[in-house]
Amino acid sequence: MGLLNPRILGLLVLAAVIFVAMTLWVGPLEGLVLVVGLVLIGATAYIPNRWIRVAGCIYLTLVLLVLGRHTLGPAGAVILTAAVVALAWLFLPPRVHRRVAFMIPSLVLLIFFTTILMYEAPGSPFASEKVADEEAIEQQMKKFRVAKTPLGFFGWFMQGIIEDGSMGLSVKVQGRTVNELLLPALPVSMSLGLLALVFAVTIGLGLGIRAGLKPNSAADYTSMGLAIVGISLPNFVIGAGFLILFALNLGWLPVAGWGSYGNLILPALTLALPYAAYIARLARTGTIEVMQQDFVRTARAKGLSEREVILKHALKGAILPVVTFLGPAAAGILTGSFVVETLFGIPGMGQWVVNSAINRDYSVVLGTAIIYFTIVTFFNLLVDLAYAWLDPRVREDL
Amino acid sequence: MTDHRTPPHESLTPDPADTFIPSAEKGTSLGADAWRRLKKNKLAIVGAVFVVIMVLGCNIEYVTFGLIETDAQTTNLPNAHQPPSWDEPFGTDNLGRSYLARVLEGGRVSLMVGLIATIVSVIIGTFYGAIAGYYGGKLDEIMMRIVDFLYGIPYMFLVILVMIMFSDTARGSAAPVFLALGVVQWLMTARIVRGQVLTLRHQEFVQAARVMGAGDLRIIFRHILPNTLGVVIVYATLTVPAVIILESFLSFLGLGVELSWGLLVSEGVGVVNPIHSYWWLLFFPSLFLAITLFSLNFFGDGLRDAFDPRTRK
Repeated sequence: MGLLNPRILGLLVLAAVIFVAMTLWVGPLEGLVLVVGLVLIGATAYIPNRWIRVAGCIYLTLVLLVLGRHTLGPAGAVILTAAVVALAWLFLPPRVHRRVAFMIPSLVLLIFFTTILMYEAPGSPFASEKVADEEAIEQQMKKFRVAKTPLGFFGWFMQGIIEDGSMGLSVKVQGRTVNELLLPALPVSMSLGLLALVFAVTIGLGLGIRAGLKPNSAADYTSMGLAIVGISLPNFVIGAGFLILFALNLGWLPVAGWGSYGNLILPALTLALPYAAYIARLARTGTIEVMQQDFVRTARAKGLSEREVILKHALKGAILPVVTFLGPAAAGILTGSFVVETLFGIPGMGQWVVNSAINRDYSVVLGTAIIYFTIVTFFNLLVDLAYAWLDPRVREDL
Repeated sequence: MTDHRTPPHESLTPDPADTFIPSAEKGTSLGADAWRRLKKNKLAIVGAVFVVIMVLGCNIEYVTFGLIETDAQTTNLPNAHQPPSWDEPFGTDNLGRSYLARVLEGGRVSLMVGLIATIVSVIIGTFYGAIAGYYGGKLDEIMMRIVDFLYGIPYMFLVILVMIMFSDTARGSAAPVFLALGVVQWLMTARIVRGQVLTLRHQEFVQAARVMGAGDLRIIFRHILPNTLGVVIVYATLTVPAVIILESFLSFLGLGVELSWGLLVSEGVGVVNPIHSYWWLLFFPSLFLAITLFSLNFFGDGLRDAFDPRTRK
């Protein structure tokens, strides 16, 4: 068959389509880089299990050396890298290595792709009402390391990260680096997101399992009614409702702002509700299915109490579909936080995403992209591992 | 509420659907079977009726027929912030514009955004998923890796970037929103269609078609895709409300269209404060939005149950 194999032909057609589209849109060089990047990502699927460990460790070494050099110094970085890579080589399953080998080129490709999108957007960080002369703009571009082409900017940005671990200067916030802007905002968004995730899982599982144990009962209808409300209203409406009820009328919790634990509750609850609703529906279906399985009947037949049947046998099966949903849920909660942070006036990452995109503050946009992508991918990896741990059928091909 | 089983006492009434007996002479198609189950699901039918009412209600040219005096854009400053009354059933906004007219007009835009972005996403996702699933192997792996990669990017981020790209040429118009939301939503459709095609491609009818000399494209479009239609329709029905909510997020962040339910709701949220309450500015668009999304979700759930009897226990 050779080249006429439809799959290889299809791949070539796909690559050609992407290349031509990119050439027409941006330029041939950018198109080439994108295709090569996609091929690298796709290729991780073909490295056989025997070799994937090598690939994973190479990528880990690169990242750890770059990150460690600026936080621990060269000697510390080498020691840390050696230790982590040795542990990873010995203990991490091939699946995780494959994920690492997929994740790191993806991150680089994401930076590249985002750069192109930004450069193709009209306007630039230096376009303001005051008409500046060409020379002044060029000086500014040099000062802030903003290149003329996306490829150039991508090169400088990567160089900055590798050389001194910095994501460059913010163009719009005078005299601040991207690291200085984003690092204080990260823990704020993370604590909000984690609390929201905890709320979503506890509320969702509680309602869903209760509903699933007694299908078509009053408890079932109330929980699922609540779930439909959670799915059918934009969360800023729910958030505004919470504000009116708990903060303005009852005065139990602070209205907005940041600083105390009370500030965290309403936003986290607002953020969690749609996902709690979704989790409740998944848990309900899962519970109903599991309770009809033979092993549950066996457990009952051998005289276990209903409580033991549920906790020891049914629960695990019921939460499997929920675990798969946690990856997308974490991503959704993170991005949903743009809206909730705006509504409640929380100084998290969300403000930087929206404002930097509107202001064309290129390096800040890239910084937020890197952070969000890393968190989402890392969370997906955790979910994968948790899934394998819960479901023995998956564990085998780990 | 995925399960809307008819209570036992109600099934005693002679329902033609209940007396249905499958027989060897008269087979039923998958579609007819699903339709029979859907008809029994009252919530889904109510949802469908509400959706139709909403779509029709928002698309009538009220001003032309003289049902509403002013359109959504006519300002009347002395009349600003009037609470609901007989003349202005939904009150007026800060510029004295009729809020009823604005809510109806906003609904038209929201529903259109939901529908068109869904169509965009379904077309892209179906083609992509069908090709990946049908050819399988390396092509499938690489195509799905690309989907994984895009899936890892927080969708809001992508949407904001695409919106920014069109911010000068088409500010406030709906086209960039369709594109941005459609581009994000196709990923799930692609995964679902691919999964379906993977199970279909080795079935006898596909082999039969191949023996008859049908080419790959003909097999995909004439034999395999029609069989995935049910799943695609179900997923599309559930995508519409998701897109409408996403659009409202964009409006809330100041990146959406000129007028939509999302925009009205976020303006309503903006005027929530303890001093004076313009509750109607938040209440009416939220109510309309919620009713529409409820109905679409109920209808979508009903469709899913109808096409996939396993989820109805």
